[in-house]
This record gives sequence, C-alpha cells and structure tokens, in this order.
Amino acid sequence: MLSSTRESATSETAGAARPVRALSHGAIGLRRIARHRGAMVGAVLCGALLLCAALAPYLARYNPNEAHFDASLRPPSAAFPLGTDSFGRDVLSRLVYGGRISLTVGAISVALSFVVGVPLGITAGYYGGRLDDLIMRVIEVWLAFPDLLLAIGIVAVLGPGLQNVMLAIGVSGVPGVCRLVRGSVLPVKEEAYVEVARAVGGSEGRIIRMHILPNVLAPIVVLLTLRLGTAILTGVGLSFLGLGVQPPTAEWGAMVSEGRAYLQRAWWVSTIPGIAIFLSVMGVNVIGDGLRDALDPRLH
Amino acid sequence: MHRYIAQRLLQLVPVLLSVSILVFLMIHLVPGDPVQVMLQDYGSAEQAAELRHTLGLDRPLPVQYGIFAWRLVHGDLGRSTRTGRPVAAEIALRLPYTLRLTAASMAVAIVLGLLLGTLAAIHHRRLLDYAATFTALAGISLPSFWFGLVLILIFSYYLRWLPPAGADTPGSLILPAVTLGAGAASIIARLCRSSLLEVLRQEFIRTARAKGAGELRVLYRHGLRNALIPMLSVVGLQFAGLLGGAFIVEWVFGWPGLGRLAVDAILNRDIPVIQGVVLTAAAVFVGVNLCVDLLYALVDPRIRYV
Repeated sequence: MLSSTRESATSETAGAARPVRALSHGAIGLRRIARHRGAMVGAVLCGALLLCAALAPYLARYNPNEAHFDASLRPPSAAFPLGTDSFGRDVLSRLVYGGRISLTVGAISVALSFVVGVPLGITAGYYGGRLDDLIMRVIEVWLAFPDLLLAIGIVAVLGPGLQNVMLAIGVSGVPGVCRLVRGSVLPVKEEAYVEVARAVGGSEGRIIRMHILPNVLAPIVVLLTLRLGTAILTGVGLSFLGLGVQPPTAEWGAMVSEGRAYLQRAWWVSTIPGIAIFLSVMGVNVIGDGLRDALDPRLH
Repeated sequence: MHRYIAQRLLQLVPVLLSVSILVFLMIHLVPGDPVQVMLQDYGSAEQAAELRHTLGLDRPLPVQYGIFAWRLVHGDLGRSTRTGRPVAAEIALRLPYTLRLTAASMAVAIVLGLLLGTLAAIHHRRLLDYAATFTALAGISLPSFWFGLVLILIFSYYLRWLPPAGADTPGSLILPAVTLGAGAASIIARLCRSSLLEVLRQEFIRTARAKGAGELRVLYRHGLRNALIPMLSVVGLQFAGLLGGAFIVEWVFGWPGLGRLAVDAILNRDIPVIQGVVLTAAAVFVGVNLCVDLLYALVDPRIRYV
C-alpha cells in the first residue's frame, strides 16, 4: 500500500518537478478523488439529496403526516408537486422528511459496524495468536448467516422498530469489516517502520495509532462508502417489510410499501420514493468506486 | 482431494454447533419475558405457564439446549405458537419455493452477468463498455422491492404478459427471478469484466492469437475459462445475498417461500418459526459455501495444498 502510494506519488509529482515529500498521503488521495469524474458526480448527487433532507422543513409545503382525505391519490399538480398518497398526504413533503430517516439509518448502522469491526480487526491482525484465532472463529460463525438474514433475525428477536433496525444492520456488517481490517493489518505490521517503532520503545497503542491505522485507512474508507449503499438498501428494505419505522412516520421504504396497493391507479406513490432510494445508493456507490480507484488500487 | 473434503467437513462441525447455540439463544435474547412477547400480552397466566412448559423454558439453560439439540437432530423444530403446526413441516413446504426462486435468480444473474461483463471487457474503454459498466452500477443500486414493483407495473399491468403474484404458473417465476437476480448479475458483471481484462493481457492469449485462433475461440476457450476461476467463490457469496434478498422479493410477489413465512412470523412474534427459518437458511448457506469451496478445489488444484 505504502509503496504503491509512493510510486504513484512520484509519478504524479514528477511532471511538476516537486519533491515527493511535499504531498501527504491524504493530499494525494484527495487530489485523485477530485480528478475522478464519477466520484464527483456521486458527491454532487449525494450532496443534493443530503441538502434536501437537511432543508426538509423549508422544502415541505405540508406536515408530512397531515392527511387530506378530500385529496387522496391526486396526481402531481401545482398544489401537490409529486402528488398525494391514499391518505391525501403530500408525497414531496413525505419524501424530504423520509430521506432524513432513510439516510440516517444507513449512516448510523454503518458507523456501528465500523466502531465495532475496526478495533476487532486491528486487534486480531496486530496481536495475532490465540486472540486472533478466537476472534476469527467468532467471525466465522457470524458469517454463517447471510447479511440480510442476520439483520432480519436480529429484528425478529428485538422486535420491529427503527432503533432495532439500525442495530441489526450494524451488527450484521461487523464481520465483513473485521475481516477486511485484519487482512489489511497483517502486511502492514510486518513493515520495517513498525519494527523500528517497536525497537525504539513505542507503546503498542502508539504503534497502532500512529503506524498501523493510517496505513489501513484507505481500504477502510472505501469499504465504509460501499457499505453505506448496502446499509441504506437494507434499511429501506426492512421498513418496506414493515419491520422498520412504524406508520405514520415517513420513510422511503415504508412509502414504497404504502403505495403498493395503488400501483395501477397512482404510480407516483411508490415510484417516486423508489427513485430517491436508487439515486442515493447510486450516488454513494459511485463515490465508493471513485475512492477505490483513487485510494486503493488493489481493491479494483 | 479426499483429505481436503474431510478437512472442510470437519471445519463445519464447530460452525454448525455454534449456529445451533445462537439460534437456540434467540428466544432468550428477546427483551422481556419471551412467553409474554409470544402471547403478545393477551394470554392468561395458565396459558403462559403452559407455553413456558411446552417450550421447556422452565428448565435450566443447559438442559434446554440439550433438548433443543436432541430434537434438532431428529428433525423436530418445535411448533408454531400461532398455528400450532410443526415448524419443520411448514419449512419443508416452503423451502422448495425459496430454493427454486434462488436457483432461478442465480441462473439469471450468471447469464446476464457474464454477458454484460464480457461485452464490457471486449469493448474496453468504448461506448459499450461504459454502457455496461453503468448498467451494472445501476443494478447494484436498485432496491429490489421497488424494481419488482416497476416490473409488475410494466409487464403485468400495462403489457399483461406475466402474472403479478403467486406461484401457480411457470411464468410466475420470471419476474421474481429477474428482480432478485439483477443485483447479483451486476456484481458478477463487474467482476467478470475485470477478471477477463486481466486474463486477456496474459501471454498465453497472445500465443493463442499468434497461432491463428479466431477471436471467439480465444475469448471462450482461453479467456473466459480462465477468468471464471476467481469468480466461483464470488458466485457462492452471491448465493447468500440471494437467499437473504429472497425474503424481500417473496414479499413483493406473494411467493409462498421461507421469506413470507419469516416475515409473518416476525410480525406475529412466532419465535419457534423464526428460529426454524434462520437455522434452515444458515444451514443451506453453509452447505452451498461448502459445495463452492469443493468445486473451487476441483477446478484449481493449488487450493488443496494451501
């Protein structure tokens, strides 16, 4: 990783005749991402969706849960730009408020997977031996359950609800993160600079913080982005099944589910939140691909 | 090879044992009193005591697991707290549907994925490559339940070609299989593209061309055959994704498989059924992974000696 980054750093800076040391790893990565057209498109897309979610109170014309029974299943019009659902609720208002929940569920559950998975992976990879064996045996059992199934199983035990969905997706993502981090730590801990750090009396904690973590950060960031897309999809999927948010709360997966019964009469109720899910996951995935190209060519 | 098979089978024992313990513990991880949760707070004290006794919850934990494991090896997964029917019978009825759907979508994924990936690789950095790459990226980002609804809208409601739900006619498998297979097809396409690009750069491809082999022969006999090896393990992993994804797609299409059974059970807090479904799915998944590993070792002899 380090050597590949250095090589490319040399080739990139050679033209500008700048010394190699002038650019840090982070700066090189950022430059490459900024030059990656796909990643930029993804970033703009995600930025726009995040902005919509953040500005929900200003963009929504109505209370997202307010029913207008005299205006149920209205097609898009000036009064209701994206139409109304079976309760006459404004689809646009529900869409922008729903985005807040769907995107938050994705973000929090991925954060949970990494908060648990990264330390576990580093511990297993760095310390090795029996601890590594123990952690990897547990991970193996964890991996005996397909991701989504594990998430469904956890919701089944804890009961439906938003918090439980986040916990379930987070927990089901841990083994994948742990395995990747462990795999990335193994070659890094054999590097000469780690040995030197140890020889000059650096504490284990300091070695992990200063030498191991920065050098395994690239694959972690890439996986984080790619997992975010999956987590958003799983979250909306569980809400679609009725296991996530409970009515009348607006959430993209639940909105698609609510519109199912009126698919023929009112296509917009289900279709529009579906497009929002698609765009957000696509945006995140495009950023993830760009990051992978820029930061970690090995994963390509 | 025999040694490798024996070794892999032996490795399965602790995994399956741990899975059974985890599934057994599910009932104890339920917040609050599992019996009250299952009765959804409607049962009388007598009913609660009876259910507690039936489930064996009034005994010490190791004894409970012993009974659970003993029943398990005899194919007894307990009874549904809602319908009173044996869980094993219910699963035996539904599992073939889920397996049929998963297998069909795997076929869709492999055919579509290889086609798209090969097209992209042989038109590297040309319009068709970009189009295929974009399609694959879109496929990964599609929420399956929404894609399914869009397919129903187009092919069932507007064109009236295929049934929107049920599992009565052979045609009813098409839409669910395409819906479920789209995501896996995209992943296979991306991998096939990069794997094939890698292989096409090798010396033996140049040799084959130099010997006068036609482009199609080079592609299929020398290119794809070698590119497929690293893809085998991914196909196994995709199967897991499909098994999980089937739970959502079955719900969309009213497909009478394990997924519907599980979701109904979760909403009704029918824990024995949930335990049965989770256990069955994990067992199928572990079994498929074993088959993929063995197949991999058969195709690539280097694996056996690692």
